[in-house]
Amino acid sequence: MGILEVKNVGKRFGGLQALSDVNLSVKENSVHAIIGPNGAGKSTLLNCLVGKLIPDSGSVMFDGQSVLGRAPYEINQMGISRVFQTPEIFGDLTVLENMMIPCLAKRDGAFELNAIGSVMSQRDILDKAEAMLEEMNMLEKRHMHAAAMSRGDKRRLEIGMCLSQEPRLLLLDEPTAGMARADTNNTIDLLKQISDERDITIAIIEHDMHVVFSLANRITVLAQGTPLVEDDPQNIRGNPKVREAYLGESA
Amino acid sequence: MFGLEKRDTTLLLIVAILTLFAPFILNPFPTGSGLAQFNAGYPDLMQRFVIFGIFAIGFNILFGLTGYLSFGHAAFLGVGSYSAVWMFKLLSMNVLPAILLSVIISGLFALVIGYISLRRSGIYFSILTLAFAQMSFSLAYSVLTPITNGETGLQLTLDDPRILGASATADGSIPVTNLFGLEMRSTYQMAVGAWDFQFNIGYYLCALILLAAFYLSIRIFRSPFGMMLRAVKSNQQRMNYTGLNSKPYTLAAFVISGMYAGLAGGLMASMDPLAGAERMQWTASGEVVLMTILGGAGTLIGPVLGAGFIKYFENIFSKINDNVLHGWFSFLPDGLEDFVVFIVHPFIGKGWHLTLGILFMLVVIYLPGGLVEGGQRIHGWIRGNKRGDASQSKTNPAE
Amino acid sequence: MDAFLLQILNGLDKGSAYALIALGLTLIFGTLGVVNFAHGALFMIGAFCAVTLQKIFNISFETIDATQTDFLGNPLKVKTTYLEHWLGADLGGLIINWSVPLAILFAIPIMICFGFIMERGLIKHFYKRPHADQILVTFGLAIVLQEVVKYFYGANPIPTPAPDALNGVANIGALIGMDIIYPVWRIVYFFFACLIIAGVFAFLQFTTFGMVVRAGMADRETVGLLGINIDRRFTIMFGIAAAVAGLAGVMYTPINSPNYHMGMDFLVLSFVVVVVGGMGSLPGAVLAGFVLGILESFASMEWAINLIPGINQIIIYLVAIIILLVRPRGLMGRKGVMED
Repeated sequence: MGILEVKNVGKRFGGLQALSDVNLSVKENSVHAIIGPNGAGKSTLLNCLVGKLIPDSGSVMFDGQSVLGRAPYEINQMGISRVFQTPEIFGDLTVLENMMIPCLAKRDGAFELNAIGSVMSQRDILDKAEAMLEEMNMLEKRHMHAAAMSRGDKRRLEIGMCLSQEPRLLLLDEPTAGMARADTNNTIDLLKQISDERDITIAIIEHDMHVVFSLANRITVLAQGTPLVEDDPQNIRGNPKVREAYLGESA
Repeated sequence: MFGLEKRDTTLLLIVAILTLFAPFILNPFPTGSGLAQFNAGYPDLMQRFVIFGIFAIGFNILFGLTGYLSFGHAAFLGVGSYSAVWMFKLLSMNVLPAILLSVIISGLFALVIGYISLRRSGIYFSILTLAFAQMSFSLAYSVLTPITNGETGLQLTLDDPRILGASATADGSIPVTNLFGLEMRSTYQMAVGAWDFQFNIGYYLCALILLAAFYLSIRIFRSPFGMMLRAVKSNQQRMNYTGLNSKPYTLAAFVISGMYAGLAGGLMASMDPLAGAERMQWTASGEVVLMTILGGAGTLIGPVLGAGFIKYFENIFSKINDNVLHGWFSFLPDGLEDFVVFIVHPFIGKGWHLTLGILFMLVVIYLPGGLVEGGQRIHGWIRGNKRGDASQSKTNPAE
Repeated sequence: MDAFLLQILNGLDKGSAYALIALGLTLIFGTLGVVNFAHGALFMIGAFCAVTLQKIFNISFETIDATQTDFLGNPLKVKTTYLEHWLGADLGGLIINWSVPLAILFAIPIMICFGFIMERGLIKHFYKRPHADQILVTFGLAIVLQEVVKYFYGANPIPTPAPDALNGVANIGALIGMDIIYPVWRIVYFFFACLIIAGVFAFLQFTTFGMVVRAGMADRETVGLLGINIDRRFTIMFGIAAAVAGLAGVMYTPINSPNYHMGMDFLVLSFVVVVVGGMGSLPGAVLAGFVLGILESFASMEWAINLIPGINQIIIYLVAIIILLVRPRGLMGRKGVMED
């Protein structure tokens, strides 16, 4: 049994069958990549996992519990954190405040009406946020406006925010899309470090094969809304079906 | 002090000094001098300053922090006024129960309206609040006449029951509002030389409540709750994917700001025990929007400044007439004097709203941070590092 | 049956005004993506174009008629308008009498210019700002416009009657063998509104210009990539939307004497109409305008008021609230357009 079990999931948009009969099992503490040509249904699948979309059929179980019909915030509270393709952070807030919010969400839950105490006097939250910033190498930027940072820094901040919630499963949606080579390599190193040092499962949707083969220890190939193969990286490389799916697409 | 950071304590002290010494500050010209008409140290005017200050502080908790633009907040002010007047009619002329009831009722009202309106965001939210407020206004004018007394407005009469008080005083008139015997209208006049300062009980009650309301808003701004509200404004998507349910946060902000509006309405009725439907009209809601934006939405002191600014100049402008203008410009040659007076004339007296509209547009276009941003820019300009201060003011949005 | 038809007819004139204002609001929102709180003010300015023309026509000079005396026994002072003086009493009088319909010609260029100036001078700078800022700045503009009008025309409503020929009532039921007495001008207003609406739709449907604008409403960026200057066309659309609102105002003056705050009064309702019809949907705006006008008219019937007191005051808001909650995209709005 994997930590995330996707069974027979289907999703249709009008006349388009975006997903059909998707089965996927993500093992605990693995780095599982989901790859596939454009329009294969990767993003739709991801959105079904985090509560943005509700599949028409099938089931999605996380750690033995169904996530279907739950709101994104509930699914997050179950232990799934999501990193977006373009970094989604609180641009109007400072870097430190950005980091404090997930810490508060972890401690106090989805809603807590604490309107009187000063947020800066919450020692535990402050320490935790600063420690995470330290780990992300951005402590000296803590008073900066998050929106004013470079894209690479925003990505680091977003990953740090997700990690500070101590999630069991980290979902990444093309985390290096639009990045320069150097930034991409930095992100790969960061993710490697995270998966080595932490008790965490990572599921990653990616286009860039360099990223996929540097990180993943399990790969699912999605084509036309349905899984083609699921295997170890070395076997995927040589698989003729995969080649066909990609070449057919690019040709 | 008071569990606040140094900067916030300073801000609170400034507001405290401004409000407590307002009878002096607003009365700079000796009685009988030509400029005395520009004094603003009269009880009813000063009461209006602080009451609208409270209203704007509350509105800012919603709009300034979450970015949800409500165009119906006057409805809560109106409900607060009606509740307070009913308390005067039924229970007693003590303002305390009246103010409490107005806060509670407007809070409940805000809970219902907020619960429905907040199912939408952006412009739809604005239109929903607008629709609710206009509906309340129409109902108050027509069907709810037994409660609101329709067009005439709700007033006290000699045959009101007033269970814990007298229906009428010994000399047969309607009793006056009081706080455990301290009459709201009683005013102590202090003559110092040519000056005549007025200290009014009602004003000081309002001022103390304003200080409490301001203090509470500072606490809210600096609290985890306040940070969550700013997160709502900044990025709701990220918030939801961080395990936070933004709905109850915005609803709580909506109810709190509705209660502030109700408090302002209750105080208004406590100072002058009547309530009319026109207080609920959407242009009245627009006024508190103007105050907050003009002062600086999302800043602590902005709404107070905006409310004071608008109410002060509303009073001053309405008093300026052509004669006053001729007096001011008499140093100019005759033809030029007439010309200047002719140009300025549309903007004064009854033209105050024109001036206000233009001012408001200029602020929205050029100074989105309102008077507070203006102050910061001038400050930075004086220090000679315009650039540096602009970025600094951005990092401290909740000044 | 007669009463039923009469209520529908009663709803038509208000419905026409709602539909026209909502049409303009939707044009502006659909093309420019701007929420225009000053649109009611444009309606009001149109109405005051009619007032102004009436005033111009009535400019007169005084002569002393020695043959008559007033009640004090002094020679009677007679006012004669220049129009009557120049064109003779018959033709001059006729023109003065027809000042409201003639104001249409007067208002079109004024309103279009006004729209251009407003778009180029103000709205253009707000395309990229949030909707809240657009609402705020146009709200400020609406205040300024109404205060300017108040300064020049005073606060009281100014009567602007319809031409005598169109001022009475007619039994329009006679056509279908029923007895329905109805004011003539309201029929005129309804047909006028239909004409304008048809004109706008035909313009958008059958001209190249309209086709480009519609394409721009659907996908602005792509049209821009084709090398078509969509911004200039949008400016022109703003002028047209202003003219539509203005003409709605001109023709409305005989139904309700114009005053400076009539724009604000209509604005709130028109926004509600737009929301009910579906933000960005032109047919939706027109449909919702008429439907809500007629609903309002039915809600003012005695049985409705007896059933739910005050329903006539709140029916439109009630409908809007329900629509927003159960079908946020409105009656005919496209899926996904500003649905949250």
